[in-house]
Amino acid sequence: MFKTFRPGGIHPSENKLTAGSTIEELPVPEQVSIPLNQHIGAAPKVLVERGDQVKVGQLIARGEGFISANIHSSVSGKVLKIAAVVDMSGYKRNAISIKVDGDEWVEEIDRSPELITEIALERQEIVQKINQSGIVGMGGATFPSHVKLSLPRGMKVKYLIVNGAECEPYLTSDHILMMEKADQILVGATIIMKALDVEKAFIGIENNKPDAIDHMSDRAQHYPGIEIQGLRVKYPQGGEKQLIKALINREVPSGGLPIDVGAVVFNVGTLFATYQAIQKNKPLFERVVTSTGKNLEKPGNFMVRIGTPISALIEACGGLPENTGKIISGGTMMGKALNSLEVPVIKGTSGLLVLPEAESRRKEMQHCIRCSKCITVCPMGLEPYLLMAFGERELFERMEEEKATDCMECGSCNYICPANRHLLDYIRLGKVEINKIRRLRKN
Amino acid sequence: MGLLTISPSPHDHSSESVPKLMYGVIIALLPAFLASVYFFGISTVIITVTAMVSCVIFEFLIQRYLMKEKPAISNGSAMVTGMLLAFCLPTNLPIWLVILGSFVAISVGKMSFGGLGNNPFNPALVGRVFLFISFPVQLTSWPEPGVNHFAYLDASTGATPLSIMKEGLKNRESISHILLDIPFYQDMFMGNMGGSAGEIAAAALLIGFAYLLIRKIITWHIPVSILLTVTIFTGIMWLIGPTSNPNPLFHLLSGGLMLGAIFMATDYVTSPMNIKGMWIYGVGIGIITVVIRIFGAYPEGVQFAILIMNAVTPIINKYVKPRRFGEEVSNG
Amino acid sequence: MSPIVLYTIISLSATGIAAAIILFIIAQRFKVIEDPITDLVEEALPGANCGGCGYAGCRNFAEACVKSDKLTKLFCPPGGNETMLEVATILGKEAVEKDPLVAVVRCSGSFAHRARVNQYDGAASCAIASSLYAGDTGCQYGCLSHGDCVRVCEFDAIHMNPETGLPEVVDEKCTACNACVEACPKDIIELRKKNKRDRKIFVSCINQDKGGIAKKSCSVACIGCGKCEKVCPHDAITIENFLAYIDPVKCKLCRKCVPECPTDAILEINFPPKKQKEEETKPDNNGETKVEPVETDKLGEESKSE
Repeated sequence: MFKTFRPGGIHPSENKLTAGSTIEELPVPEQVSIPLNQHIGAAPKVLVERGDQVKVGQLIARGEGFISANIHSSVSGKVLKIAAVVDMSGYKRNAISIKVDGDEWVEEIDRSPELITEIALERQEIVQKINQSGIVGMGGATFPSHVKLSLPRGMKVKYLIVNGAECEPYLTSDHILMMEKADQILVGATIIMKALDVEKAFIGIENNKPDAIDHMSDRAQHYPGIEIQGLRVKYPQGGEKQLIKALINREVPSGGLPIDVGAVVFNVGTLFATYQAIQKNKPLFERVVTSTGKNLEKPGNFMVRIGTPISALIEACGGLPENTGKIISGGTMMGKALNSLEVPVIKGTSGLLVLPEAESRRKEMQHCIRCSKCITVCPMGLEPYLLMAFGERELFERMEEEKATDCMECGSCNYICPANRHLLDYIRLGKVEINKIRRLRKN
Repeated sequence: MGLLTISPSPHDHSSESVPKLMYGVIIALLPAFLASVYFFGISTVIITVTAMVSCVIFEFLIQRYLMKEKPAISNGSAMVTGMLLAFCLPTNLPIWLVILGSFVAISVGKMSFGGLGNNPFNPALVGRVFLFISFPVQLTSWPEPGVNHFAYLDASTGATPLSIMKEGLKNRESISHILLDIPFYQDMFMGNMGGSAGEIAAAALLIGFAYLLIRKIITWHIPVSILLTVTIFTGIMWLIGPTSNPNPLFHLLSGGLMLGAIFMATDYVTSPMNIKGMWIYGVGIGIITVVIRIFGAYPEGVQFAILIMNAVTPIINKYVKPRRFGEEVSNG
Repeated sequence: MSPIVLYTIISLSATGIAAAIILFIIAQRFKVIEDPITDLVEEALPGANCGGCGYAGCRNFAEACVKSDKLTKLFCPPGGNETMLEVATILGKEAVEKDPLVAVVRCSGSFAHRARVNQYDGAASCAIASSLYAGDTGCQYGCLSHGDCVRVCEFDAIHMNPETGLPEVVDEKCTACNACVEACPKDIIELRKKNKRDRKIFVSCINQDKGGIAKKSCSVACIGCGKCEKVCPHDAITIENFLAYIDPVKCKLCRKCVPECPTDAILEINFPPKKQKEEETKPDNNGETKVEPVETDKLGEESKSE
C-alpha cells in the first residue's frame, strides 16, 4: 500500500533522465570558490588568509552562533582570495577561492571503503561531531543539522522521518545514493535515531523508484526500527510537512515545526553525510549532484567537491548545448535560475538542470478566470489567486491574515494556472514583506 | 546561445490553458447539441451558430473599439457564452432576438465588468433572463420535438413538462391526471420533450458532465450538490403531498436543471472557489430552484437561482475558506 | 384622477417621509463630534493622500496637526512650506520651514551603457526581480527597469524612458513624498535639495564595486577614483566603498567636479548650455577634451545610436 499526502499536489512530468547512471567522481577542478553563505543562518567566521595552504577537509570557516555551520576546504591548495563572487543567490557574496594543488587530505579522514556499523559515540558526542563536520540539510533547505538535533527542553521525538521521496522532477541524486549507499544511509539513520533517542524511523520513497524501495527494504531488515514506506508519486511529497502527513498522518500546525508533532525530518543525502562524519571522520565537503537536461550529451550523477563551478559539471556532461536558455540549480519546480556559469556548487545543490530556450520562457499572462485550480492543488490549503491579488495591490497585512507565510513555495499553483499567472512571484514577495512588517512590530 | 533567462521558480508549466478549458466545455456540450439537432432539426443549428458568432463578434468589437485592448476572442470564452445562451432558448426564436440576447450577454453580462474573469453573473444567463423578461411570449413557446426537422420559425409549438405541470396544478388537477400529458420518464431522459434547445436531453448532458470530470475541467461538487438538494427537497415535498407534488425524478429530468447544474452553475468566474463554498452555493441553487418551481409564478427557476447565487458568490468566497493545512490539528 | 395614481402618490410620499425621519434620527443619534478645525486643515492640504507625511492620508495628517502642540515633526512634502504655513496660521502654531526636496535617480546605466548579460522573465516588479537575483546586467546596484517607482507615484512625476530603461523625474511635478524612494529595492532614488531653476549636480551611480569591476559592467559607473573629491572646493564630496557622494547641502553647484569625472558619472542638469561650460573647461584643457553637453542630451544621443 502506497501512502500519500492530502490536500493538493500535482503531477509534473518527471523527466528522471539520470535514474540509471551510477555516481561518477567529478575530477577536482583547477580552482574552487567556497561561499560562506551555504546554509540558513549566520555567516561563519573565516579562519584562513590569502596565501594559506589548506588540505582537503581542513576547517576554513567556523560557524558563528547557534544557527550556523562550519565550512571545510574541499580541495588542497593555496587560498587565492576571499572576495565576493556571484553565488546561488544571484548576488555577489563572499567566498573563499582556493587554487588547487594536488589532492592532499587531512590525515584523520578514513578513506577506506568498508562499512562501519558500530556506533562508538554517545548522544552528545554525535551532535557535537555533526556540528563540527558542518552538516546541513542537503535536500535544499540547508538548515544546520545539529540545530535539529538539539531539542528544546521537554520536547520528545517519536519518529525520525527520512526523506527519500525526491519528488522534484529531473533530480536523481537521492535515488542513486539509495541504490549505491543504502547501508551507509541506514547506519546514518541509526546514528540520528541514537542522537534523538527514538525507536522508530520511516523512510519515505516515491513509487517511481521501485528499485530503491526494494533495495532499501532489503537492507533495512538488518537495521532495527527502520521501516521503508513506498509513497504514491505526487509533488510536493518531499516537503517536510507533506512527508510527515503522508507517513504518520499528522499535520504540523501552521507556523510550527515537525517537532510539534513529534517528528524530525532528515534527507537521505544528509544521512549519508552523517555516516561519513561520524564513522569516517569526514566533514561535509562533497556531495552527489545530478547534472541533467534533455539536450545534454551525457547527463549523469556526479560526486562533486563543494565550490566547484557549475561550468566544470556541464563540461563533464559534454558541454553546454547550443540552444540553452536557462540553467537551474535544482529541479524545475523549486530550482533557482542561475545567471552565471561560474556559480559554485554548495552543500544544498542537489542538481543542475539545463533547459533549452523553448522551455525557458513563461507563457503570456492572462486574466484570472477564477477556475480555482490553484486552490485545489495547494498542499497548504491556501488561496493563491487571492494572495496574488493582495500582493499586486501591496496589501501585505491582508496576505498575512490569509496565511501567506504558510506557503512553502512549492510552485504547484504557478504550474497549474491555465492563465499563466505569476502567483508564486507575488506570494513570495508578500512573505518577504510580511516578515519585514513582523520585525517592525516586534521593535 | 542567447542570454540566459532568469525567472522565479517553478520553471515548468502544465499543458493547461484558458482556451483548452473553454474548448473542453464546448466539446462537452456537443452531445447535448447533437441530441437537440435530432429532436429539433435545423433550427437548433441556426440559433446556436447565430448566438456563437454574434457573441464572438460583439466581444471582438467591444474589446477592440471600446476597451481598446487586444481582443482575446481566441480563448473561446465568448463561444461558450454563445453556445450556452442558445442552449437555453427555444429553437424557434427569431434570429434578431438571438442576436439581441447575445449582445446583452456579452456587453452587459461580461464586458461592462471588465471582461473574462471579472463578471459577477453568468453572461449567458444574463442574456437569457433579459430575453425572458422582455419577450416572455416568444421565450415560452417551444417547438414540438421531432416533428419537423426543417422548420425553423413556423414549427408547431408545444409546452414543456414543467409548464404543463404548473398549469395543471393551478387548475387543481391531480398529479396522475397531469402526468398523462407529460412524456414518459425515459423519453424525458433521452430528450423527447418540449423545451429549450440544449436542456432537453439529460442523457446527453450527463455524457458531457462525465467528459468535464475526466478532463478535470470542473469538479463534481457543484452539480452534485445542486441535484442532490433538488432531489431531497422535492422528495420531502412529494412525501408530504404526493397528490399535489410531482416526484423528484420529474424535477430532475425536466426544465433546465441538468443544463444549469452541469454547465451554467459551474461557470468558473461566477462560482465559489473552494469546496466548502461550492457546497453552499450548490445547496442554495437547489433550494431556490425548487422554491420557484413549486411556490413561484414561473414554472422554471434554475436560471434565477443561479443568478441569485452568483450574487452571493463573492460573500461565500470572502467568508468560506478552504481548510488550511495544520489548522485544526487532531493529532493523537 | 384615478384612485390608483392617488394611492401610489400617497404611499410613496409616506414612505419617503418615513425614511427621511429615520435617517434624520440616525444621523442625530450617531453624530460624530469633530473639531471643525480639522476640516479647515484638511482643506488646506493638497488632498493627494500620498502618505509622504507618514500618515495614512490627508485626514489623518490633519488630525495629527490639530492634536500635536508643535508642528516640528509634521510636514507635508507635496504641499511644502506654503501649505505648512497655511496650516500653522489656521492652528495658530508655528510652522517649521524645510528645504524643498526633489527625487533624483542615481543610475545612468541605460541599455547603451550597461550590457545585458541575462534576461528576466517573471512578474514585472522590481521587488520580485531583486529578491531573485542582482539584475540583468553585471552591475548588482543598478536600476532593474521594472518601474516600481513609476507605479507608486501619485503625482505622475516619474516616468520610465523606454529607450534607456531608466526612470526620469519630472521636477515640476515631484513633491518629494518619498514614495518612490521607499519603493525602489535598490535604493537608487534619493531626495535631494531642490536648487534654483531645478539645477542639480549629483553622482548618478551607487555602484560600490571596485573600480575595475564597476567599469566593466557599466561604462558610466563611478569607479571611486577620487578626482572629484580632490577638486571640490567645498568639501562636499566624500568617497566610501569606491563610490563618490556629493552632499547636497554643502554643494554650491560650482560644477568643477563634472569635467573631472573620467566616466561621466557626475551629472549636471538644467544648467545653461555649452558656452559657459566651454569657458569653464578651457583652463584645464588637455587638448583632448571631448566636451559633453548637458548630460540629458548625451543620454538621448547614445540611446539613438543603439
